[in-house]
Amino acid sequence: MTDQAYNFAYLDEDTKRMIRRAILKGLAVPGYQVPFASREMPMPYGWGTGGVQVTAATLRPDDVLKVLDQGADDTTNAVSIRKFFQRTASVATTESTGGATVIQTRHRIPETPLTEDQILVYQVPIPEPMRFLEPRETETRRIHALADYGLMQVRLYEDIARHGEIATSYAYPVEVAGRYVMDPSPIPKFDNPKMSDCPAIQLFGAGREQRIYAVPPYTQVVSLDFDDHPFVASKAEHECAICGSGDSYLDEVITDDAGGRMFVCSDTDYCARRAEGGAA
Amino acid sequence: MYVAVKGGERAIDAAHDWLDRARRGPPDQPALDSAQIRDQLSIGTARVMAEGSLYDPDLAALAIKQARGDMIEAIFLIRAYRTTLPRFGASLPVDTAAMQVKRRISATFKDAPGGQILGPTFDYTHRLLDFRLMADGELPADPPALPEAAPDQVPHILSFLNRDGLIEDAPADDAAPPDLTREPLELPADRPLRLQALARGDEGFLLGLAYSTQRGYARNHAFVGELRIGTVAVEMDIPELGFSIDLGEVELTECETVNQFKGSKTEPAQFTRGYGLTFGQTERKAIAMALVDRALRWRELGEDDQGAPAQDQEFVLSHCDNIQATGFLEHIKLPHYVDFQAELELVRRLRAGTADAAKEAAE
Repeated sequence: MTDQAYNFAYLDEDTKRMIRRAILKGLAVPGYQVPFASREMPMPYGWGTGGVQVTAATLRPDDVLKVLDQGADDTTNAVSIRKFFQRTASVATTESTGGATVIQTRHRIPETPLTEDQILVYQVPIPEPMRFLEPRETETRRIHALADYGLMQVRLYEDIARHGEIATSYAYPVEVAGRYVMDPSPIPKFDNPKMSDCPAIQLFGAGREQRIYAVPPYTQVVSLDFDDHPFVASKAEHECAICGSGDSYLDEVITDDAGGRMFVCSDTDYCARRAEGGAA
Repeated sequence: MYVAVKGGERAIDAAHDWLDRARRGPPDQPALDSAQIRDQLSIGTARVMAEGSLYDPDLAALAIKQARGDMIEAIFLIRAYRTTLPRFGASLPVDTAAMQVKRRISATFKDAPGGQILGPTFDYTHRLLDFRLMADGELPADPPALPEAAPDQVPHILSFLNRDGLIEDAPADDAAPPDLTREPLELPADRPLRLQALARGDEGFLLGLAYSTQRGYARNHAFVGELRIGTVAVEMDIPELGFSIDLGEVELTECETVNQFKGSKTEPAQFTRGYGLTFGQTERKAIAMALVDRALRWRELGEDDQGAPAQDQEFVLSHCDNIQATGFLEHIKLPHYVDFQAELELVRRLRAGTADAAKEAAE
């Protein structure tokens, strides 16, 4: 049921065209943050308005959409965004990673490898990887223009000096195609390696901050590190209590008030498939 | 044991249903009519129009009703609606000198052509709760007659100062101003763009910033040269007709401040200006806007950067929009357990490392 009061996928065609131009520019300059005239959406900033606008500009009527938040399809905001596109674009939706053509995500990359026929849309809160080192946009744009990333290297070094390792566990900065340092959105660093050489198109939308950026298919994405302190994609040292997977990202669930806990896959589709197929 | 977090959809529907009933309140009380909100809570309606950037008192009243009186939520509803509207063109600049004023005061001159008109102001009320309003609040049966409408042309008071060169000139400029709602904000922003951002900025945020300039964080002592509230005609050029037509009228609040002067041994001293213009009767906002506008002009006027928040356009413009601010602030309610899990692992690992090191040191 499409809501007839609104255009297909909510945004008017001129706005979609403006967003598509930003996406194309982003794909042409991998990792570069393209300013775009983000619109007020009917959900609040911080709820994924950037991702929603990118998805709206990307969707075609025959697309199959999957929306996940924290790896799960049934978290409240994933449900809400999926419903929004069912209502305004009447596209088919799925919880299956393999069955989707467009996947909008918050904080995770699916465990199931993506393909060339898929677009992964990330919701981004703070697109600027240098923001917490330099609050001024005028200054960070200069840093990117000159690839003057020494500040970031110093920060990573200070982490090692203080803690013995780089103390960033999510939104871990990456270098894209050997040029721009990019914020991968707040995915756990466990997911970072999946971004590199990925067959799917990866698009990033930051609505409040009015930025779109992209990683084209088969692009090299390197997590920043040092030769003597190489990047490690870490996760909880457990297996999933439901499907038994030893190499998927795990959520820790508190099960009783005596400190009991269990670990289960954060990617609910991956976990359900394994449990059903008896893969465990 | 583990209970899967299913049922998000049912929970959302149930929450929305509860919200609807909470908004309506006890069914034995009459429901609020949005026309009552528009006409009896008109200053709230004006704020929603000003910060929602849409002049429509009926929709603003509806938004306040739907938002249960949460003004920022109401502003958000208006913004989200506004952004879907097609844009046919731009009006001609409104002529505030031709404003039909209902309030017009100057703090700099005791009297001036056009006179001082207090209008419907709280300024000299005693803030005593009027318990009659709790009963019925009907006005006396025989109220004094409202004054006749002010003359059509009430000249701007600052124009008298300008005639003598005592205040900086503010020449008319025909350049089309940039549009924040159609182009991403690029910094540094020029004055028209800053004024646009301030006009839709949060009243409380601008009030705090303006107040900070009064207390010495980039002080530039401001006099309210003139504050006027009234209606102006909105005209638009229709190319097919070859002339402009009247589309209707909007109520505006305009504030012009007279600020401390610039000048040097070679250049004569001159007062400077701050400017605020907002929809509806929103004078606290308009005055605050004028003070912040003036503070942001430090570079152009050759003043020192004192490092004050109100002088820092990147700080002011990036944080004055309450819809952006509240969205990002409140989004931390959304699930973050994937990131938190990653942090949990990291802290556990770092703690284990520290314990090992302490043990080694003890041995």
